[in-house]
Amino acid sequence: MYHYNDFDRAFVQERVDQFRAQVERRIDGSLTEDEFKPLRLMNGLYLQLHAYMLRVAIPYGTLSSDQMRTLALLAEKWDRGYGHFTTRQNIQYNWPALKDVPDMLQALADVGMHAIQTSGNTIRNVTADHFAGAAADEVADPRPVAELLRQWSTDHPEFQFLPRKFKIAVTGAAHDRAVIQAHDIGIQIVENAHGEIGYKLLVGGGLGRTPMIGKVIEEFVAQEDLLPYCEAIVAAYNLMGRRDNKYKARIKITVFENGLDTFRDAVLAQFERTKAAFTGVDVKLFEEIRAQFAPPAWRNAPTDAYDAAYRADPVFRSWADTNLAAHRAEGYAIVSVSIKKPGQTPGDATAEQMRVLADLARDFGHDELRISHEQNVILPHVHKSDLPKLHAKLREHGLATANIGLVSDIIACPGMDYCALATARSIPVAQQIALRFEELKLEHDVGPLKIKISGCINACGHHHVGHIGILGLDRAGVENYQVTLGGSGDETASIGERAGPGFSADEIVPAIERLVLGYLDLRAGPEETFLQAYRRLGPAPFKAVLYPEQEAKRERADAA
Amino acid sequence: MPRQFTPKVVTANRLLEGDAVWLTEDGRWTPDMREAELLDEEAHAELRLLLAQSQPDVVVGPYLADARPGAEGPEPTHFRETFRTRGPSNYTHGKQVEL
Ligand code: HEM
Ligand code: SF4
Repeated sequence: MYHYNDFDRAFVQERVDQFRAQVERRIDGSLTEDEFKPLRLMNGLYLQLHAYMLRVAIPYGTLSSDQMRTLALLAEKWDRGYGHFTTRQNIQYNWPALKDVPDMLQALADVGMHAIQTSGNTIRNVTADHFAGAAADEVADPRPVAELLRQWSTDHPEFQFLPRKFKIAVTGAAHDRAVIQAHDIGIQIVENAHGEIGYKLLVGGGLGRTPMIGKVIEEFVAQEDLLPYCEAIVAAYNLMGRRDNKYKARIKITVFENGLDTFRDAVLAQFERTKAAFTGVDVKLFEEIRAQFAPPAWRNAPTDAYDAAYRADPVFRSWADTNLAAHRAEGYAIVSVSIKKPGQTPGDATAEQMRVLADLARDFGHDELRISHEQNVILPHVHKSDLPKLHAKLREHGLATANIGLVSDIIACPGMDYCALATARSIPVAQQIALRFEELKLEHDVGPLKIKISGCINACGHHHVGHIGILGLDRAGVENYQVTLGGSGDETASIGERAGPGFSADEIVPAIERLVLGYLDLRAGPEETFLQAYRRLGPAPFKAVLYPEQEAKRERADAA
Repeated sequence: MPRQFTPKVVTANRLLEGDAVWLTEDGRWTPDMREAELLDEEAHAELRLLLAQSQPDVVVGPYLADARPGAEGPEPTHFRETFRTRGPSNYTHGKQVEL
């Protein structure tokens, strides 16, 4: 894992001290809100419906157990005993008091964490595949690249006032778990015919009010060209991006309006300059960073304990079948810990749960944890022989829910329960859907299904790329939920299509139930997932189950 | 015909705590919306908003929100404002337990 060097430490400490002074000056009245707001946003501090909210970055989703314990401390000491993990691999605290925020930032700085560039028109927290460094299907660990990008973009003088926010995601595997196609820059590590590692670069993806799938701008960028190329992209966007209209300011619009080829030409013109400016220090730095991400010393041990538990214990087996993923090292597994027990708020973990997870990482997981964009916690390196013990511990703390990738593993943004921009709530919808499917005892039969919910058009809950997306709107002063179908956030990314008129808060859960039960009737067999069935059949039969009255009307008309 | 003015309250978030507060007739900020001053005249509402805006060391982001008279005082008319009087629905945190 990467550890802060002296420069990182000094920089973060300086920012904490600065912000402490700014908060003091705000409280004593010498700074107005207009002056203070941009300063607090630069430090991840928002004002929401009921309180301030502090957003803390978890770079590429990687945490040590000490860092996780500090997140627990913040939750307990300065918040209300819990934190909310988000789709951007951040954690949000919903209740801090203004005067306490500098102390919170200090506690974070002490373990090499911060809230810098979690807001504003800057390059945000760089996200990565949450199975990075562990996945069996990976070409290379994406985190050294993400860390390189983090160091390059943090406090980059040219990029503090971009036309709009800028998000970068990196995957090291062809199977995309980092939703790179919905980012301003998406990076996929690839290997060319000569066995050299390089990068496939995408630009112009994004969600929000104008969702777009990223386009490949270069198929293969060599290691030594990566930073110069990324800098050229951001520099071209900085010049060409629209500043006249906030809704047209993201790079996706720049690429769309100018066309990919024109945009690439502008990037290549910048690249001549940036390439000359990078003298190879970036490559040296990358090598240093990479050394810090060397895999832990794998243990070579028999897996009998695992095999025995798997045979004997159906609860363990069910959990193992849904929550484990293939590890690159012999005898190891990747454990996804669901923090989405039906009825719970997706992404919320209590301070106690965070501590339990930190202890488990220390005892069984080479001291590493990950936060996934799907709002779960990952123990990336667990030897299989430890899994029965680990599972027992998880069960004691309500953390053994076997639902990864299933109906109740829902992504939901905070919505109108917290967010000042929301047009409707999303959390209660997620809670009710999960509880309903728990009652039906169907989710394992239904199989892989991604439901994603946002509380407004900004799409923080990724609804556009949900197999089933739900968007909460305000229709004449009443909460209303629009359903989209067939979206996907993996390497086959697609934007979901609107199914039809929205549903009231009372109707949305039954509507989703109809849809999922309808899928069970429509699928070719248990192997065909919801998304595959949708792609094979198209929207019509799904709309028919979603809107039975209209379907009945149509049938009557056909019969007449 | 002049357009009908819907009654309003002045509301904001408190600078230090960040929670929702409402302006009372005697110029206090209350966490209980029922104690707010219901403003049913546009010119007066604008004046009260100006007063709120002149207190940046007390509150952040004051605005006029629609309200209607209720048995115990002003009530919200939009669900967003209702949530501000209560707190989130996923935990019993905020005003639903603090008032
Ligand atoms: C105070 C709370 C929040 C505010 C004010 C906020 C604001 C926004 C806005 C304005 C956009 C649209 C950007 C655009 O289209 O240019 C957006 C997009 C997004 N936000 Fe949030 N957000 C909040 C919370 C969250 C949370 C909790 C998450 C993670 C669960 C999140 C993740 C995202 C993602 C993934 C997108 C869409 C990707 C894209 O930028 O195109 N945000 N947010
Ligand atoms: S999608 Fe809308 S409601 Fe949800 S967190 Fe983002 S801005 Fe808030």
